[in-house]
Amino acid sequence: MTGEPLISVHDLSVHFPIGGAGFGQKRFVHAVDRVSIDIAPGTFFGLVGESGSGKTTLGRALLKAVPLTSGHVQYTENGIDFDLRDISKADLKEYRKRCQLIFQDPYAALSPRMTVRDIIAEPLEVMKITSSREETDERVREIAAMCRINIEHLRRFPHAFSGGQRQRISIARALVCKPRFLVADECVAALDVSIQADILNLLNSLQKDLGLTFLFISHDLSVVAHTCDHVAVMYLGQIVESAPTKKLFANTRHPYTKTLLSAIPHLDPDAEKTAIKLEGEIPSPINPPPGCKFHTRCPYARDRCKVESPEWREFDEDHFAACHFSEELSL
Amino acid sequence: MSRSLLSVDNLTVKFKTDEGMVTAVDAVSFELKQGEILGLVGESGSGKSVTAKSLMLLNAGNTTYGGDSKIVLHNEDRDIDVLSAKEQRDMMAIRGGAISMIFQEPMASFAPAITIGDQMVEQLLLHGSMNKREARELSIDMLNRVGISDAKARFNQYAFELSGGMRQRAMIAMALSTQPKLLIADEPTTALDVTIQAQVLDLMKDLIAEFGMAVLLITHDLGVIAQTADRVAVMYLGKIVETGSVRQIIRAPKHPYTKGLLKALPDLDDLGAPLTPVAGDIPSPLERPAGCVFHTRCPEIIAGRCNTIIPEITDLGDGHSVSCLAAEPSMVTSA
Repeated sequence: MTGEPLISVHDLSVHFPIGGAGFGQKRFVHAVDRVSIDIAPGTFFGLVGESGSGKTTLGRALLKAVPLTSGHVQYTENGIDFDLRDISKADLKEYRKRCQLIFQDPYAALSPRMTVRDIIAEPLEVMKITSSREETDERVREIAAMCRINIEHLRRFPHAFSGGQRQRISIARALVCKPRFLVADECVAALDVSIQADILNLLNSLQKDLGLTFLFISHDLSVVAHTCDHVAVMYLGQIVESAPTKKLFANTRHPYTKTLLSAIPHLDPDAEKTAIKLEGEIPSPINPPPGCKFHTRCPYARDRCKVESPEWREFDEDHFAACHFSEELSL
Repeated sequence: MSRSLLSVDNLTVKFKTDEGMVTAVDAVSFELKQGEILGLVGESGSGKSVTAKSLMLLNAGNTTYGGDSKIVLHNEDRDIDVLSAKEQRDMMAIRGGAISMIFQEPMASFAPAITIGDQMVEQLLLHGSMNKREARELSIDMLNRVGISDAKARFNQYAFELSGGMRQRAMIAMALSTQPKLLIADEPTTALDVTIQAQVLDLMKDLIAEFGMAVLLITHDLGVIAQTADRVAVMYLGKIVETGSVRQIIRAPKHPYTKGLLKALPDLDDLGAPLTPVAGDIPSPLERPAGCVFHTRCPEIIAGRCNTIIPEITDLGDGHSVSCLAAEPSMVTSA
């Protein structure tokens, strides 16, 4: 990677305690477990994984929306520096002007009692960014135009809009305070395919025009492949492979990435079925398996995988994976 | 040529709402043969689920069916006119006897306070002539067949104790245990992860082949259709706009909407290709466009015609048909 990363995650863990205070050992959900990633400024960083893999928790951790158990998250931009682990309240307010979240469900994310104008303007008022109503209105109109929202629609309420239009409103709200870093958590999962393409194109052009950095969380590998410059694959709280998109697809290094790829139903009815079929389901993050966490489902697992946790190795420039036998497998 | 199992003719479904009559399905006709898997694709609001629910008369109380709408199920001994079914034995046949349904969200479809086993046994006792012990044995056997490990223990568990993939398997086991002639699968894998989706689709294909039933597979995912169905019907705003074999629809789509759907999908083999959305938004069902329902978003619109004339169904041969003015013979010859 060239230059300084915008977000640098080092050995980050997020564990949630479960159960009441009883005798004996306290149990934890290992939602994110010793993750290290660097996100370069101006990139579309994709995060894929099945449900329960910890993608959302990792995304929230980068916004300090969940308590960090251990490890560090560092945000660096133009000499401004935030260490999210022990950030002061005042700094956290500053940080949140720079970082925003786009939600999955545009039907649930917008208050039905507020007009579109008020929804988009709310962050400006809460963070006291603008000083007058005229200034707020101008900023709202500017961002609405950028997100292709009809200015006439600003006076309406969200119920009048379709899913795609609502998602454009949530994007406008996230962008109105001019953030530098955005976490888009499954932001097209609730949309129909014809609309999905429209929103992805919008995000892409906004990213280029405004020089934004995205963490794009999705369960859909084909969407991620099309949108992101860099992809990290998550399984049971850990990142198993991380690489620039083209390298990840051309030269897959982890068996889990390969199975995810081959599980996508192909559009060609006569496509050769080379799918590696995974047995079983994702294990519970309360008692994750020892050794390599994927060994319980991995078709290539050997004895070593059951006891020894694989190292995070660099196979090619900027292409990392955690698998003992990656060189031997023809993936 | 295998026998026809289900004929849907001119099905129109309207709902009475506070804002007025909403047309959910508009003059839809299709045929389903024995042992055939028909995929019904479309976006949300296109009327796929309403069409499927009509086959079992499961639509809500505010529903009106069109006067000349007809759904006929060609059951073994006699034909059942579904829309006017009143007799107990006819209702039993269309709801669980000859037709079974798998729903999208298995958690919402199982009763939460009754064990999986009791629910499976109950429907077998209702529909079959077996006693309780036989029903229990068959249920456990079916759970085994769908790949649920330790089926005997699962039989006594509740839906919340099972994972999402497991619940969907149990749902399939339950739907297939009565050996229906027609299985309706409404987005059966949409709530599942891709790796689990692959497992469930494989399982469904195996069981369908083994039991030889016909399937109406409803999904918004063209990839799932391509890998599973024999024939496809594409729906938009309550209308079937194109029907054909999977290969015809995927490789040589004729309707602008089908083409648009295919272009909007990200292609894993060509990462650099731009995504082309279908322009505009789906119109509100309260304001259905005049003429061709798709003309407000259609890139191939013929001005003055598409917004006034409702297109007929044009037969393109080999079971491929499309409902588009540009494909009608008069247009093709004059062009």
